[in-house]
Amino acid sequence: MDAVLEIDLPNRCAVVQPGLINLWLTTAVSDRGYFFAPDPSSQMVSSIGGNVSTNAGGPHCLKYGVTTNHVLGLEMVTGAGELVRIGGKAAERPGYDLTGTVVGSEGTFGLVTAITVRLLHTPEAVKTALATFASMTEASEAVSEIIASGIVPAALEMLDAAIISAINASIGKIYPDAADAVLLIELDGPRAEVEAQAERVATICRRHGAVSVTVAADEMERALLWKGRKEAAGAVGRLTSSYLLQDAVVPRSKLPQIMREMKAIAARHRVVIANVFHAGDGNLHPLICYDDRSAEELERAKQANEELLGACIALGGSVTGEHGVGLDKAKNLPLQYGEADLNFMFRLRRVFDPAGLMNPDKLLPSHPACGEGFRPKRPVLPAGAWI
Amino acid sequence: MAAVTPDIDDLRLCVHCGICLPQCPTYRVLGEEMDSPRGRLYLMRAAAEGRLGFTETFARHLDLCLGCRACETACPAGVPFGSLLEATRSQLAERGPRPRAALLCRLLRGMFTEPRRLGVMLGGLRLYQRSGLRHLVRATRVLALAPRLAAMEALLPDVPSAPALPELIPAQGRRRLGRAGLLTGCIQRHLFPDVNRDTARLLSLAGYDVVVPRDQGCCGALELHAGFLDDFRDRARSLIATFPVDLDVIVVNAAGCGLAMKEYGRWMPGEAVVAAFAEKIRDVTEVLVDAELPLGPLDLTATYHDACHLAHGQRIRAEPRRLLGRIPDLRLVPLTESDLCCGSAGVYNLLEPEVADRLLSMKIDRIAETGAAAVVTGNPGCLLQIAKGCQERGLGIEVVHPVTLLARATRRAVK
Ligand code: SF4
Ligand code: SF4
Repeated sequence: MDAVLEIDLPNRCAVVQPGLINLWLTTAVSDRGYFFAPDPSSQMVSSIGGNVSTNAGGPHCLKYGVTTNHVLGLEMVTGAGELVRIGGKAAERPGYDLTGTVVGSEGTFGLVTAITVRLLHTPEAVKTALATFASMTEASEAVSEIIASGIVPAALEMLDAAIISAINASIGKIYPDAADAVLLIELDGPRAEVEAQAERVATICRRHGAVSVTVAADEMERALLWKGRKEAAGAVGRLTSSYLLQDAVVPRSKLPQIMREMKAIAARHRVVIANVFHAGDGNLHPLICYDDRSAEELERAKQANEELLGACIALGGSVTGEHGVGLDKAKNLPLQYGEADLNFMFRLRRVFDPAGLMNPDKLLPSHPACGEGFRPKRPVLPAGAWI
Repeated sequence: MAAVTPDIDDLRLCVHCGICLPQCPTYRVLGEEMDSPRGRLYLMRAAAEGRLGFTETFARHLDLCLGCRACETACPAGVPFGSLLEATRSQLAERGPRPRAALLCRLLRGMFTEPRRLGVMLGGLRLYQRSGLRHLVRATRVLALAPRLAAMEALLPDVPSAPALPELIPAQGRRRLGRAGLLTGCIQRHLFPDVNRDTARLLSLAGYDVVVPRDQGCCGALELHAGFLDDFRDRARSLIATFPVDLDVIVVNAAGCGLAMKEYGRWMPGEAVVAAFAEKIRDVTEVLVDAELPLGPLDLTATYHDACHLAHGQRIRAEPRRLLGRIPDLRLVPLTESDLCCGSAGVYNLLEPEVADRLLSMKIDRIAETGAAAVVTGNPGCLLQIAKGCQERGLGIEVVHPVTLLARATRRAVK
């Protein structure tokens, strides 16, 4: 199930099977000047089916939107065993937007067997800059101002000192060693616009204390900067044997604050928290490191994790940005949704999958009595966290 | 004790990120987590920590691994997969179930790694080829009954007869770069004697005195891959003993042998002679890349396939390409996924012909796309495997070692 079924450039779309690796689609169309925009960091590994299932984001979703913005149609076998076609190549369709409903449903509605995706034109120019900061707070402030200034970078990624050292140990010194934080800023579009924006971004970064701002000189340098970013989750193996990977979101403007809180949480629980994330849309990816041979350390990591989630929600954020809910975060959904909301989603799920066969126990927290809907037990939150 | 325990700290380097998965040929073909690097590391760690026995199933997933090390290239955490695999296989060889293919494995090792025995066998084979028996055997499809033997039969090229190289080939011209030892190898010596002759010729043209110890044996790589560490060490030590100690470099033209020899020290720690020997090992393309060579034009479109044990094992990718690029008129066209295993992997194609054939078929598809008239690759196993694939598809593509083209170009040079 990993074939490209059709490439339809006049209609700027392609039909693929769910097992196709994300990057392979772009590889298949790049020589004709097109690309598939959703680019989760795992894009060289993850399948488009998986991206659809979790509504994956990625560095470039800041400008281009997440997976759902690029899925035009689906073929799916529902939990009831019906083969249905949802959406399609035509932009305007009558009826419900079921595509948007199914994308991100984590396999709880049915099995997706084919996906029609949008392809975009490769932009005329791309510029990738690397700004180095002496602190995460300064870098976060620069992020807020870049976005506030009206510039929409194609990507805006932040990496902290721990991640920088892991990546440098892994693929060679590609980021400045001494930095406390770096921002990877990518601008794309018409050449003149990109040039002008690059100037403005550099100025903003310097105003917020950037120690240096450099621009990748050619495609090779640019690819290297991105290689480091995209392999970060593996490079962390140089720091730790195991980590809990978080995916919480905070409003962009709260970045400096959550960074300070995170520091405090890490200190309180004596864990290393490495950070590499989509700063542009406030989607954090803290990697909470622990030694998998120590149950006690795992326990501390888990506590730090829960506390961090609570802090993000308290700032008006979300428990997950793009990694999906799965089993692990289902219990956290009541932090974000009320009882009526959860019950509504539960009933929707039953429309697609009446017998509860598809990925049971995932996505929605399990309910106490079968068929009774959801009666949440509110988790205990730090004081003042509930909004 | 023959077996070595895999280093638990090395096993713990894996953080299960999955970046290696799409680079793994067996995962690409079989699509099973247990047949991916991450899955195999997980199993190896479970076994090393005593949570999993050396069962048939465990052995099977490790048997299916090509040992191509593409996962090492891909892994950002720096997991040394190759040595972990080899250590685990040594434990399996000692305590695990008899591998299903153990008998064949023994037979092959006996044959391939014993240059003289291979010679005798090939003598018989030449007779078999000439006698027309080969056509008869193929026509009656007797071999189809024994797929493993069929795989082996299909691999054998038309074997040229091989006069031995002289023990010393002096440097030509005025330059003197030093004394270079040459490993003649077991497969290379008998199936591709021209590659050894061309290697020696190029080295002497470049300014090396080439020393070819007559009674050198096998490097032991096949035994290392199968986990027979004692036999491997014996072979390594006797090979080392046949090479004079005053050599400046020891040149290898087979990627698999070169990698095993560069890593001798890991399996025989604390032996100074071994370490000194391993230090001197170079692939032929490393030695020649900047050498002065009189190269004449070759009007040819060629593409380059990265042998796993060169690209992933020794991180040698640029040198062979640069060398080929120096041949006037030769057009080197890129090969998509040039570093995806062709399925040869030592004797893997004999032990696991189904997986090997699927990889070969993918490789030949990519080769055919390039439109090249020649495929160049630096390992005898790949040469055999790819030649078989091209032949089966009826593609008239020449499959050659880089030194073959270089030597051909030197013959075209204006004197
Ligand atoms: S050595 Fe090759 S076949 Fe084995 S796990 Fe690594 S990539 Fe896969
Ligand atoms: S890339 Fe490395 S760390 Fe990641 S799963 Fe593979 S072996 Fe493990």
